[in-house]
Formats: sequence, structure tokens, C-alpha cells
Amino acid sequence: MATEDNTQRLVDALVAGRDEFTAQWNRTVSGNLQGRLSTAELGRELGELYEAIVQALTAGGLSGRGEEFAEVRSLLIELSRNRARQGFTPSETARSVLALKDVLEPALTTDGHGAEIYLQFARLLDDLGLLTTEAYVRTREEIISAQAEQLLELSTPVVKLWDGVVGVPLVGTLDSARTQVVMEKLLQTLVDTNSTHAIIDITGVPTVDTQVAQHLLKTVVAARMMGAQCTISGIRPQIAQTIVALGIEFGDIPTNATLAEALRQALKEIAQDAEDDARGLL
Amino acid sequence: MKQYATGAPAETVAVTSSSDVVTARQMVRTLAQRSGLSLVHQTKLVTAASELGRNMLVYGGGGVVRAAPVSDEGRRGIFVEFTDEGPGIPDVELALTDGWTSGNGMGLGLSGAKRLVDEFEIESGPGGTTVRIVKWGR
Amino acid sequence: MTDRVPVLKIGDILLVSIQTDLEDQMVMDLQDDLSHRIVETNAKGVVIDISALEIVDSFVGRMLATNASISRILGAETIVVGMRPAVAMTLVELGLSLKGVRTALNLERGLRLLRRLTAAPADRA
Repeated sequence: MATEDNTQRLVDALVAGRDEFTAQWNRTVSGNLQGRLSTAELGRELGELYEAIVQALTAGGLSGRGEEFAEVRSLLIELSRNRARQGFTPSETARSVLALKDVLEPALTTDGHGAEIYLQFARLLDDLGLLTTEAYVRTREEIISAQAEQLLELSTPVVKLWDGVVGVPLVGTLDSARTQVVMEKLLQTLVDTNSTHAIIDITGVPTVDTQVAQHLLKTVVAARMMGAQCTISGIRPQIAQTIVALGIEFGDIPTNATLAEALRQALKEIAQDAEDDARGLL
Repeated sequence: MKQYATGAPAETVAVTSSSDVVTARQMVRTLAQRSGLSLVHQTKLVTAASELGRNMLVYGGGGVVRAAPVSDEGRRGIFVEFTDEGPGIPDVELALTDGWTSGNGMGLGLSGAKRLVDEFEIESGPGGTTVRIVKWGR
Repeated sequence: MTDRVPVLKIGDILLVSIQTDLEDQMVMDLQDDLSHRIVETNAKGVVIDISALEIVDSFVGRMLATNASISRILGAETIVVGMRPAVAMTLVELGLSLKGVRTALNLERGLRLLRRLTAAPADRA
């Protein structure tokens, strides 16, 4: 069969020119990456890839998504993941594979039959190039979602302000997912530190709309059901104006203009309770 | 509701008394723990199951609770279905509004349960009622 | 016969520590038992410890609210203590806020609050 002959000739060419081709491939790709990857590492990557491609072709495959190319695909996915993590662009990643076309073109297209074989091989490489882009994008998505989760954790430090008082400074936009995390951490800290007062400071929150007010109210109510009091502080004048202008129901939420004022209030209540306790014992 | 790939065969509990509701919610909790749902998600799901299980017992004369782990695009979650052969809910829309009750509850059963889960579906007719819910992990 | 939740008397306080997953019948029995015991013992306060409860649904939530109202009529303050964070978050989402129910973080704080509530009026009068 014609294709089998073609594949065989391709394999012969690849095997015969192995050293020359891989060296040239290396040079092209490393020029492209401008030395941001060590020559040794690149050489190893491309060498392994080259061997895997030869083996897949020997096994009789010319379809990049076929059974024979499983090893090639897993090497490519590995390569793309590394490139994505190291901050290379998707084009730079895809070109690592596509550069092999440039390397083989002069060697294969010496006659009409050779050109036909080259085209088949080029199609295969295009397909593999696409695969790297897919793997690259997937990795970036994983990185992004992992970072989003880290950011969620990072942006909500619950701190103990005083004996019996914990606080959380909120910075940025409040959405449901974040409120959930803040709420959970704040309430758990109340239990862990045996604190009766919580202060949520919203100085760093750009806007307060109905939804944000809802989230804050839920936190206040949940804290109350656990036996703690939750106050919102750091309400900037513009925010107070917005709240009133929009007619947002803030009624059940205890508020203070500043964190300092909220803390003073909380300490006063704690002192009052302690005093009552002492009197109760007499 | 989309048909999600189930990770294991569904487990079932027949509910004919209030102690069966406890058994059913314990089954749901075990599945949720195994699927790695966070504690808050577990608590919300189990509470929803408790509301719906009780509803099924009180208004539907009992029925079957079926639960299974499901997955979709890398997310893992729990699917729970409540089926009874009771008289059905005459006005589902109305039954889903806060404060509405035909029994001695607070009228938070259906609407409250709906708020606690990610997906909620209800089918009701003279032949009975089926409620399906899904809660996804974080 | 279903199990009943024990109601313990310590001085003029009734202590209820719920340790098992509650069946609806147990919830109703508890409400009944509590109101009877308040009258029998002339209790001034009731502390309900729910720290072991993994879920509180609308049925249990309603019992806690109703019980607080009933005991107030009978001259006793009720304090619900030890609600878990996940339970509180779920109750809020469910639409329950337990308005009118006094709460405390744990049993110790609950007892202290009760002492304050029962001692304070006489003190300040």
C-alpha cells in the first residue's frame, strides 16, 4: 500500500538523519525560546519526543490521535504543562513541535513523492501542535483556578484583636463564594478562640449593594445564633450615602464608622459582662 | 436537570416512619463525606435531605430516598431523589414560596431545601411527587 | 417507644444536652418534657446544649424557638449553646434566624449568661 511505503520511507529518513535532524531541531527551538530553557533540558525533551515519533511511525500510525501515538501524546502533554508553568506563550509551545517541519522540509521534498510524504508528516505535526495548545490551555486553567482558591484564602485573614474579639478586614469585591469562606473562617475562629465579639471591617470593600448587604446580614445572624455578636465597621461616607440612597435594608446589622470604635464598643461590652459575672458570684 | 454520570450504584432507603428519615439523612451524609464535600456543603445537603424526607413522609405518606455520588466536568457532588406516591402538590409554584405550609411546619421545607442545594427539580401530579437535588463540592 | 432526651436538674437550672441525631418524635417529646419539668421544678433557666448536633433543620429550629417562648411564659430563660458554625450557616440559608432565642458559644458561657440574666434584675432593682 502506498501509505505504508510512505511511512516506511519517512521512518528510514528519520532514522538515517537522526543526529542531524535532532541537532537542527534543537537549534531552531532554542533560538525560538531565546535561552529561557537550558540546552540540556531541551535536548532531552526533543530527543525523547523524536524517538517516540519514530517508534509510533514504525508501528504504522500516521494519525496523531491514534493508538500508536499514545506515548508521543503523553510526552507532549508533559512538555506543554512544563512550558505553561514556566511562563512560555502558547505559540512558543506549539512551535517546539512545528519546528520539526522546517527541519525536515529540505531533506524530504527532493522529489514529488518526497513532497507527498512531507505533506502527510506535516499534517501529523500540525495535529500534534494543536494537542500542545490544548494541554497548555488546560494547565493554565488549572493554575488560574488554583490561584483563585489561594486568593480566596489569602484575602480573608481572621485575626484575634483582643481577648474575646476577632476581626476580619475585607478587601475587594464580596461575592457568594467569598462570603462563604469569610463566614466559615470567622465563625470557626469564634469557636476556636472562645470569642464573643466579631468585627468585619469593610474599609477595603469598594461598593456595597443589596447583595453584599445580604451577605453581611447572614454572617451577623449566623454569629448571633452561635452566641456571638458581629459588628460591621469601616463604613466610608460614600458607602453610607449609597446605602441610604439605594434604600438598602441595613437595619439589623450593628455598625460602627471605624474599626477602633467597634473594638472600643466590644471591649466595653465584654468588661460589662465580666463585671456582672463578678457581681453575680457575690 | 441534566443526567450526570454516577460514580457508584445508588443507595436507597424506604421511608415509612420518622426514624427512616434519620436513616436516610445518615446515608446522604456518609455519601457526601466519601465524595469529599466540605463540612458546610455536607451540612447544607443533609439538612435539605432532612426537610425533603420529612415532607415526603408527612405529605406523601412516605416513599423512597435514592442517593448517589455524581460527577460533571471534574466536579464531584451528590444526587438525591425523593419519590412518593402521595396525592401530589396541587400548586408547586405556591408550595415553593417562603412561609407557605399545608401542615404544621414553618413553611420552609421546600423553599428552604431549594436554597441549600445547587440544583433542584420537582415533578408532582395526582400519582405522586418526585424531588431531585444535586449538591456540588467546592 | 422512642428514646427520650434526658433533662437534668442542677439547682434551679435545667440542662439538656442533645447527644444523638434527633428523630421528630424525640423533638416533640423533649418540648413536652421540658415544659412539664420547668413547672415541676420551678426552674429559673434552661440550657440546651446542641454542640453535638451535626444538623438543625426547620423542625428542630422551630422546637428551639417555641421552647424559648414557652419557658419564658413559665418564668424561665432558655439559652441555646454550642451551635456549630456549619449549622449556623445552614440555618441562615434555610431562612431561620431563631429570633427571640438567647444563645451562647458554649455551656460555660451559657451558664454564666443565665446567672447574669437571673441575678441582674434583683440586683439592679
